Amino acid sequence: MLNYTIRRLMFTIPVLLFISFIIFLLLDLAPNDPTGNLPMTIPPEVREKIRESLGLGQPIHVRYFKWCVQFFVNEPLNIIDQMFGTCTWGCEDRLRVQSWATRSPVVDLIVERMPQTLWVVGMSYVVGILIAIPIGVISAYRQYSWFDQAGTFVSMVGFSVPTFFTGVLMIVIFSVMIPTDSWFWFPSIYDTTHKVTDLASFGFQIRQMAMPVFVLALYNAAQISRFMRASMLDNLNQDYVRTARAKGMRERVVLLVHVLRNSLIPVVTVIALGVPQVFGGAIITEQVFKVNGLGQLLIIGIQGADIPLVQTLTFIFAVLIVLFNLIADILYGILDPRIRYD
Amino acid sequence: MLDATPRKLVEVRDLKMHFPIYAGILRKRVGEVKAVDGVSFDIFAGETLGLVGESGCGKSTCGRAILRLYDITDGSVKIDGAEIGDTPQGGLRKMRPTMQMVFQDPQASLNPRMTVEAIIGEPLMEHTDLSRDKRRDRVHELMDAVGLNRTFSNRYPHEFSGGQRQRIGIARALALNPKFIVCDEPIAALDVSIQAQVVNLLEDLQEKFDLTYLFISHDLSMVRHIADRVAVMYLGKVVELSPREALYAEPLHPYTKALLSAVPEPDPDMTTEDRVILQGDVPSPSNPPQGCNFCTRCPAVMDICHREDPEFREVQPGRFVACHHYNQTAGDTAASEDNKSIQQGETT
Repeated sequence: MLNYTIRRLMFTIPVLLFISFIIFLLLDLAPNDPTGNLPMTIPPEVREKIRESLGLGQPIHVRYFKWCVQFFVNEPLNIIDQMFGTCTWGCEDRLRVQSWATRSPVVDLIVERMPQTLWVVGMSYVVGILIAIPIGVISAYRQYSWFDQAGTFVSMVGFSVPTFFTGVLMIVIFSVMIPTDSWFWFPSIYDTTHKVTDLASFGFQIRQMAMPVFVLALYNAAQISRFMRASMLDNLNQDYVRTARAKGMRERVVLLVHVLRNSLIPVVTVIALGVPQVFGGAIITEQVFKVNGLGQLLIIGIQGADIPLVQTLTFIFAVLIVLFNLIADILYGILDPRIRYD
Repeated sequence: MLDATPRKLVEVRDLKMHFPIYAGILRKRVGEVKAVDGVSFDIFAGETLGLVGESGCGKSTCGRAILRLYDITDGSVKIDGAEIGDTPQGGLRKMRPTMQMVFQDPQASLNPRMTVEAIIGEPLMEHTDLSRDKRRDRVHELMDAVGLNRTFSNRYPHEFSGGQRQRIGIARALALNPKFIVCDEPIAALDVSIQAQVVNLLEDLQEKFDLTYLFISHDLSMVRHIADRVAVMYLGKVVELSPREALYAEPLHPYTKALLSAVPEPDPDMTTEDRVILQGDVPSPSNPPQGCNFCTRCPAVMDICHREDPEFREVQPGRFVACHHYNQTAGDTAASEDNKSIQQGETT
């Protein structure tokens, strides 16, 4: 298993380099212009100067190489320096990946935005899983019952209705139609500056998280509960379940020990594969509820043609996807004794 | 000996297992598959009853229904004096130690995520209060009994060969000292050399632990080897039940004759001209023919066969047949009376 992991990790290096190059090429081919948002009164030769000062005058391979050095060498060194308070080679004038729009290092921006995304989107993923697994189990165990039919209907709705619709619907119901002094009123805008200091402020934090979390959790739960149901149905008809019943095991043991554990194998890998999306942020939902997370950062970066920002963010998503693919494979090997990697 | 006639361990009376068929948009119940349709027989303590028949005739369903792995449609099953035909599944759990099952597919019937020790030890955990160490000792004891190496106890089922897996299944069934074991085609998934091993193991264990078997198989020669009495099933009904020697020497029911004549003859000089070749297919168990179930394919069919279901009755001492050829009074007794008056075993 260890050898397998190391071998896979080594394979990821060329894969990720290739991905980063493709992203760089794509962004370079994109027709947007970093000076596009500047006032129309700026004459073209000044615009050209600005472009050159951003480094756009150099050929693409030089720019790509510079980004690689900045991202793969300078940023890690910077992290080490910050963690241990040291000053490794060249720490004074080390060039970090700079955002063109904000002139601040991209990694600092990401670190700033990360907590909001992890809280809101991560929480919605956790809530979604916690809702989905019991629904999937019961739906499968009582197949075609009214509970199963209702679960199927709800997950079909969650699947097919986009989050920008459910999000706005929630806002209309819970922020607009319900009076502000009601207990059922929820804020429609996520306030990042809000600090949790006591119970009341913690309560407010829960309230402002409630709607975006619910909207995303519905979407996630819809998918995972379907997987869970299918996987449970697969296993419920297996012979070993009959064996467990013939042994005289309690129905609860049959269901939770025998069937559920076997059914969770594919579901756990599906859940692991979904984790990068959490980091990627739910771009649309973050927009709807004004959560200034990573998804929103990416949108702003794309709108302003902030190439270093978009390049770095997209590449980090790529790293996470490759990494969680590996984690899903390894989890599969750990959970299912029939699968061995060596 | 106090009783010359052996004790009945299992009494099955008029067992019916019908599976509903749903169809249409509203999933209305449109009919039922009569997988087992009125089966009656006894199994005496210490004997092996072979249950044979072609694929889809309801052998396995019958075995499972007797152990109440299904909720049966109708009929009564008495095991070791206790009526279990209508016991709810919860109450049945406590009786499971008496009756166990060895399943057909040794690969699929073992939980792939459990070690051998967990598989064999789980029923002990549920039904006894042995300590951890005692439980492990018992698991090792059982593994010895079925000829598995003790050092394999931490392995998973997929790491074993088919024969070894079936041994695990047998050890599992033995864990709670059952009296009655249903062997549901335990050798069908194994190759021939391993089949003999497993059958011999089953015979040894029967002697050692005083077990009673219902041995379900489609392999007539294997049943001849292991069974004391043989029941032949066709389309959800037992058509003939006889002691082994008598059945193989002189089959009474036309279906049994056809079945036995289909057994391959290794001697090329032996004539095969008197072979009974059945025409057509087995009728659907959801829509069995009127009268005798076998009337559509029977080579010796009579008029009455299309009208009335023959009674399953004792025609010679210890031999039961459901066929109008042996049923002189068939015209007098109504078809609905069948299977009611049987008191087999008491006359033997």
